[in-house]
Amino acid sequence: MIRIEQVYKRFRKLQVLNNISARFDEGQVVALIGPNGSGKTTLIKSILGMVRPDKGTIHVHNQPVNGDPAYRQFIGYMPQIGRYPDNMRVGELFEMIKKIRHQEQTDEDLLRQFDLPSVYQKPMRTLSGGTRQKVSAALAFLFNPPVLILDEPTAGLDPLSTEILKEKIITEKKKNKLILITSHVLSDLEEITTHILYLQEGNMQFFKDLASLQEETGEIRLSKAIARVMRGQETNNQWIDRLFALETKNESPR
Amino acid sequence: MLKLSRYVLYDILRNKIVIAYTLFLFLVSFSMFRMEENGSKALLSLLNIVLIVLPLVSLVFTTIHYYNSYEFIELMLSQPLSRTRIILSEYGAVCVSLLTAFWLGVGVPVLLFAPDATGFALLFTGSSLTVVFTSIAFLAAVRSKDKARGIGLALLLWFYFALIYDGLVLMILFAFSDYPMEKFTLLLSALNPIDLGRIFIMLKMDISALMGYTGALYKDFFGSGTGVAFTSGIMLLWAAVPLWLSVRSFRRKDM
Repeated sequence: MIRIEQVYKRFRKLQVLNNISARFDEGQVVALIGPNGSGKTTLIKSILGMVRPDKGTIHVHNQPVNGDPAYRQFIGYMPQIGRYPDNMRVGELFEMIKKIRHQEQTDEDLLRQFDLPSVYQKPMRTLSGGTRQKVSAALAFLFNPPVLILDEPTAGLDPLSTEILKEKIITEKKKNKLILITSHVLSDLEEITTHILYLQEGNMQFFKDLASLQEETGEIRLSKAIARVMRGQETNNQWIDRLFALETKNESPR
Repeated sequence: MLKLSRYVLYDILRNKIVIAYTLFLFLVSFSMFRMEENGSKALLSLLNIVLIVLPLVSLVFTTIHYYNSYEFIELMLSQPLSRTRIILSEYGAVCVSLLTAFWLGVGVPVLLFAPDATGFALLFTGSSLTVVFTSIAFLAAVRSKDKARGIGLALLLWFYFALIYDGLVLMILFAFSDYPMEKFTLLLSALNPIDLGRIFIMLKMDISALMGYTGALYKDFFGSGTGVAFTSGIMLLWAAVPLWLSVRSFRRKDM
């Protein structure tokens, strides 16, 4: 579904992505995690073609990312910060995107569950941050795309809406879609992810499925398992060394 | 392409700054024509405002609009749309909205009070300057990632074209006053769209008679069909080249 091959990206002095290779398939919910500035958003933007990698290639559905923009019809993207033209009405935004995608069938579940039609007449500038986040989420799911990319989807949402969004993600996961998700709220990821990709300073520390991560760290809870990875640099490095040793022994999980 | 620009245009036309700008232009033009008995005198005063205010508003509004739309542009980039299409849609929408403001604010009064050759020259110059400075502003905005730097650059460009350039030209003319400079100043005027616009309109007015031999030479040139073609051509270049450069750099840019 998405194939990332030896991608490098450098912003001036900072190596943001350092030799990233991975393959994501249908039915996976991949959690991209890592400290701030570890390159999560840059990786997502590279998949969307917003950032051009210095080296390496990315394919979505066997279509190279740097060519024809048509491959993006397979992707629904929910950005970290949703800002829309101030005077555009909510209804107009949906109308416009529908015209751009000219796709007949739409999935308006989230639209209804978030009660967005009631704010259709409101200009974007009057919406609260949370409501804008709901608009972004509804847009991402609107065209029933086979790939969903959600960048910090639950930031700024109230608990009830977070729950609605989580349930929607689970529903889509059951439809055998590929979902990429970044979040710092690990408890939100716990119930939905199948795979974890851990980035640190542009390096891919590991990419493996939840079961083996739980087994290797001896922690059932995702947050605790990840906390082990993130805690203290030295132990962290030792842990990763051991992990890599394991990984080479068991052959690459990719 | 029209789908995107149409919605962006709706958005900008409802923008308070654009509405205020339209009203300001309208009030100024209207009061000029009301206060001055002589239509061409009113046009002259209006000309000075158009030459200063239009480039400034086009530059500053366009850069601010670009930075405010940054996240929206990102969202559009995640749709199956090419980068060229997105940036040209944004450009088209900003251009059309600023032109609408100009035509409502200055166009309507001019057509009411002074619908002659000079009036039309003013409208032509104003429209060209709007398009030209929107292009230049897009280039400044696309090239600089930082908002403060982009707006600063736009202001600097305005200072250069509206104020500094004239000083430089005067200095050159003064230093080389012993030589025949008529042809050369013609070339210099092409290097600044504001100057070009000013000369183009001035020569449609009676006051050009006061400018002596140079004025006569200019009048001969700009009054003819070649002059109109020359002005339009140079304006077109001033609009197309920065736009082309900004599309090119937007296509390669990391968002």
